[in-house]
Amino acid sequence: MAEKKKLPSTFLNMVVVLTLVCVVSALALGFTYSQTKDAIAQGKINKVLAALKDVLPDFDNNPYEEKKTYAAHPGLVFYPATLAGEPVGTAVETFSSEGFGGDVRLMVGFTKDLHIKAISVLGQTETPGLGTKMDSPSFLKQFAGKDPAVFKTTVKKDGGNVDAITAATISSRAFCDGLNKALEALKQEAEQ
Amino acid sequence: MSIFLIIVGAIFVNNVVLMQFLGICPFLGVSTKVKTATGMSAAVLFVMTLATLITFLIQKLLLVPMHIEFMQTVSFILVIASLVQMVELILKKVSPPLYQALGVFLPLITTNCAILGVAVLVGRSEFNLVEGVVYAMATAIGFGLALVLFAGIRERLELYEIPDAMKGAPIALITAGLLSLAFQGFSGMV
Amino acid sequence: MKLWQEFSKGFFKENAVFVLLLGMCPTLAVTGSAINGLGMGLATTAVLVGSNTVISMLKRFIPDKVRIPVFIVVIASFVTIIDLSMAAYIPDLHKALGIFIPLIVVNCVILGRAEAFASKRGILESVVDGLGMGLGFAFALTLLGAVREILGAGAVFGWSFLPEGSTTILLFILSPGAFITLGFLIALINVIKRRFA
Repeated sequence: MAEKKKLPSTFLNMVVVLTLVCVVSALALGFTYSQTKDAIAQGKINKVLAALKDVLPDFDNNPYEEKKTYAAHPGLVFYPATLAGEPVGTAVETFSSEGFGGDVRLMVGFTKDLHIKAISVLGQTETPGLGTKMDSPSFLKQFAGKDPAVFKTTVKKDGGNVDAITAATISSRAFCDGLNKALEALKQEAEQ
Repeated sequence: MSIFLIIVGAIFVNNVVLMQFLGICPFLGVSTKVKTATGMSAAVLFVMTLATLITFLIQKLLLVPMHIEFMQTVSFILVIASLVQMVELILKKVSPPLYQALGVFLPLITTNCAILGVAVLVGRSEFNLVEGVVYAMATAIGFGLALVLFAGIRERLELYEIPDAMKGAPIALITAGLLSLAFQGFSGMV
Repeated sequence: MKLWQEFSKGFFKENAVFVLLLGMCPTLAVTGSAINGLGMGLATTAVLVGSNTVISMLKRFIPDKVRIPVFIVVIASFVTIIDLSMAAYIPDLHKALGIFIPLIVVNCVILGRAEAFASKRGILESVVDGLGMGLGFAFALTLLGAVREILGAGAVFGWSFLPEGSTTILLFILSPGAFITLGFLIALINVIKRRFA
């Protein structure tokens, strides 16, 4: 089969072709991005909605729409939950920068008397097989239904009641840090 | 995140090759002799640090402010490919003996997923410039450590009788698995 | 049928993972479960078919000296398109595969096929080659993922066949297991090849 004539490798040809390819690529990607960014954003919202359902007691309002933030607590988002008009609890989206691999983001569900209903992990980049265990039911279930006044929310090594993940003390501490941020903030806002 | 923890984590606990599975192709391909392993490690250290530095700047100064983060893959890989070409040219001119030693590894580094992998990891992380560069250097050292250890083992394996079906890739992979198992022991450190 | 040969070689004779030993990084990293292996394999196939097609269409217009950067931009663009699409429509798989989706761009299989095949052959052949090599890659990853999932989690494709709380050989889902399982699989294939040679 005869070799078809290729464009010769002159400097001009090379620059033109490479630039054209880059421009077309950028356009194609920009287009794809514009088509997908809504779905991607919606996916993130769906994740929050699912977490709210997991950590809050039964509710019939839309905590996502009624979410609140306060200047005194930057980075935290409060989702009030009501059932038939009566408040039943609040979920707090919280975070900790003390994670081993980056930020740890949690959704903590509190009942209206400030007991922990349940906790869901929204995002973390901890060590697979170790810190990532904070995602697992076996770690999370120790918090369910606990009264923070009685169940001290720091790891046992620091004098609290939390069973840390074996060999992942930093991740466990970060988890508690996020949890306590949420607890303190909610206590302050509830007192008003 | 203290710098010390970043370094220990990157070299041992989260070793780039044995735990994160980046850089496997050169790991299997260039590890038959300790000497070549050392050469490749040096080249990787140099390119990885420089590439992370440049891609970090591109991410923070160009992609994010212009909201074109989706161009990350294309821009990063172009930077890495160009960087490798440039390093080859500069090395040839500036230090021919060094070029003799490392030059042959450089083209292989472009497709070393560890380089792009670390660049993307740092780009997506919350590290600042210093932390990012330290992470890259420590990762490269971890790569070198794994590579040289592996080469040492493989050199000795040459002296043993290995069943035909196992020769080459299979025995190399199983050895790598055992090495990875050994490194699992570090995971309790932090 | 020459086209059929081009397609099927990717599965056995020139299987990217088991024979050519390319694309090792994603092979070891995402095969903790069969579905992740399959997902990665299909994503890679999509990129491979896309890039093979475009490169084959453009082959006469790419000056020789600048071909590698051009291939890279084409491949990286398809990877980004797949990345964004997966994030939008299959977020769970996207999260599971994580950083290995952008790393598809340095999967030596793709650049290798562009250089060795797509830049020299017709469009239809390139598409078929991409499909064959890609699906063969997906086959290898799914097989490896299934073995690791069965031994390490007592499940396959998420379907558990062991009673609740049984002990499994966790090692197979962790890093060492990836290396060891692949090593034994390749050895097994070597044995099979010798029997039928």
